[in-house]
Amino acid sequence: MLKIWSMKKEQQKAENAEGAAGGKKKKVTAAQLRVQKDLSELSLGSTMRTEFPDPDNILSFILYVEPDEGMYRGAKFSFTFNITPNFPHEPPKVQCREKIYHPNIDLEGKVCLNILREDWKPVLNLNAVIVGLQFLFLEPNASDPLNKEAAEDLRTNREGFKRNVRVAMGGGSVKGVLFDRVLK
Amino acid sequence: MASTTVYPGSEPARWKYLDRIRTRAGPFTDGDAYDGSMVAEAMENMTVLVIGAGGLGCEILKNLALSGFKNIHVIDMDTIDISNLNRQFLFRAEDVGKYKAEVAARFVEKRVRGVKITPHNKMIQDFDEDFYMQFQLVVCGLDSIEARRWINATLVNMVDEEVEDSYKPLIDGGTEGFKGQSRVIFPTVTSCIECQLDMHAPRAAVPLCTLASIPRQPEHCIEWAHVIAWDAEKPFPSLDKDDPEHITWLFKKALLRAQEFNIPGVTYALTQGVVKNIIPAIAATNSVIAASCCNEALKIASNCAPSLGYPNNNYMMYSGNDSIYTYTFKHEKKDDCPVCGNLARELQVDPAWTLGELVESFATRPEAQLKKPSIRAESKTLYMQSPVSLEEATRPNLDKTLVELGLSDGEEVGVTDPAFATVSFKFKLKFKKTE
Ligand SMILES: [Zn+2]
Repeated sequence: MLKIWSMKKEQQKAENAEGAAGGKKKKVTAAQLRVQKDLSELSLGSTMRTEFPDPDNILSFILYVEPDEGMYRGAKFSFTFNITPNFPHEPPKVQCREKIYHPNIDLEGKVCLNILREDWKPVLNLNAVIVGLQFLFLEPNASDPLNKEAAEDLRTNREGFKRNVRVAMGGGSVKGVLFDRVLK
Repeated sequence: MASTTVYPGSEPARWKYLDRIRTRAGPFTDGDAYDGSMVAEAMENMTVLVIGAGGLGCEILKNLALSGFKNIHVIDMDTIDISNLNRQFLFRAEDVGKYKAEVAARFVEKRVRGVKITPHNKMIQDFDEDFYMQFQLVVCGLDSIEARRWINATLVNMVDEEVEDSYKPLIDGGTEGFKGQSRVIFPTVTSCIECQLDMHAPRAAVPLCTLASIPRQPEHCIEWAHVIAWDAEKPFPSLDKDDPEHITWLFKKALLRAQEFNIPGVTYALTQGVVKNIIPAIAATNSVIAASCCNEALKIASNCAPSLGYPNNNYMMYSGNDSIYTYTFKHEKKDDCPVCGNLARELQVDPAWTLGELVESFATRPEAQLKKPSIRAESKTLYMQSPVSLEEATRPNLDKTLVELGLSDGEEVGVTDPAFATVSFKFKLKFKKTE
């Protein structure tokens, strides 16, 4: 079957008189190439930086966020980014590594950000995700909560919520839950 | 010469006519090169993948089994719903709730002796390239564009120019109401699904003025109720398309409007269909398209006649809207296709170069002209201009030679540059022969 493949091979041989050595050569995957492109376009500013535990594996890295305004300023948060071979058809998997008091981040570190879930589109890039995360610290959103108690707190008593955020960031406990110290 | 050879595993009566086509040279076969005696055996040794076991998939599985393919796999993650039974003819009432792939496979195996069908109750994305490597042919009967794009990108990416087995022809069928298409894709050689995305433009919306002033079809009356009357009267706080009470309200409104303009045909089911954007699945369209797809599969596998795909026509459009009409044409491959347009180009390099010299050379090469290139191989990050942490980690590589970095002749590298946000390059390193 498939005479066409022999034709294609003929055509390539003509173009490339010296055939390369046999064996399957490693090819850059579509996900890798896309992540490479996204990383080279990243604008992190002064409040964020990345860390690659294995620089040869760019599909897995840590993002540090240090908000310089809003109620989370003065702290340092970190997120793991894990990107599947289906990227950009699938969003990156992002998780907060610290236990923090935030309406859109639960105690296990799961992040509720629309573009990481239902609103993800392949045209979006890692920069969009990073901007989204940064925004969560500037404008925590009570209408779409993962931590319902924190959301309720923010909605009903904004000043009290702010105080609780400071307590939690200092490593204290809020409503019986002990949080990680993230203040610098 | 006409022969009555009986091939292993085939029942002479069932395969008599098929064997006439695939074992004899005819006006369409390639003269002396055609060896009919090998075809049946070759087809029996082939493994074909069918994606989707729904309306099209049921037809495709049955057709492939009756075309002489003996090893078939089928992937579908869905279970059988009672509404499938009118056209997905491999399923019976007692199968409701079971996996489509499994039930379809067992049914066809029972009816066509000697065929082996392996079901996978999974998503195509659950499998990797190693899995897809085992097939010689992929036939898709899907209703999702996303899934098509995924399998297309996977098959294009699997192509290794030096490995003949890595080229998997993709035959894709699709139907929408009375319309359908079948197409053949030879990955990297002919126009791919991604090149043809514009063929799936969303249907044009009816202009609002037609809805407001001169409805001509029952659908216009329903859209009017949906878009205009609902907003004006707000019978419920928000429209729930699954709430029968809401659909009934729209249906009654549409019916009144239809009576006013003397338009017949507004029904509750049509209202539901228009509002939920449901296009009816037509069993006859599925069987026409599946027949065309499997015809191509037989032609590709046996060479008994030229198939769609190469070098000319690769796309067959079918419409049963006004009598029957088909149009077959060549859809051209796009050079800037994000999937098949970005194939690795050869790049002559000296293995004794340092990475720094290679990076600098990209600025002057006419085919690249990159000022700030970042470069990676499949399992090695060679040099990234940003972010800072990666730049620091990879900077020492600039002083190492390509050989010291473990790069080999024929290896692929990806090159990106923020100045060219929409493109990335793939190069295949060709080592200069050292004298
Ligand atoms: Zn393409």
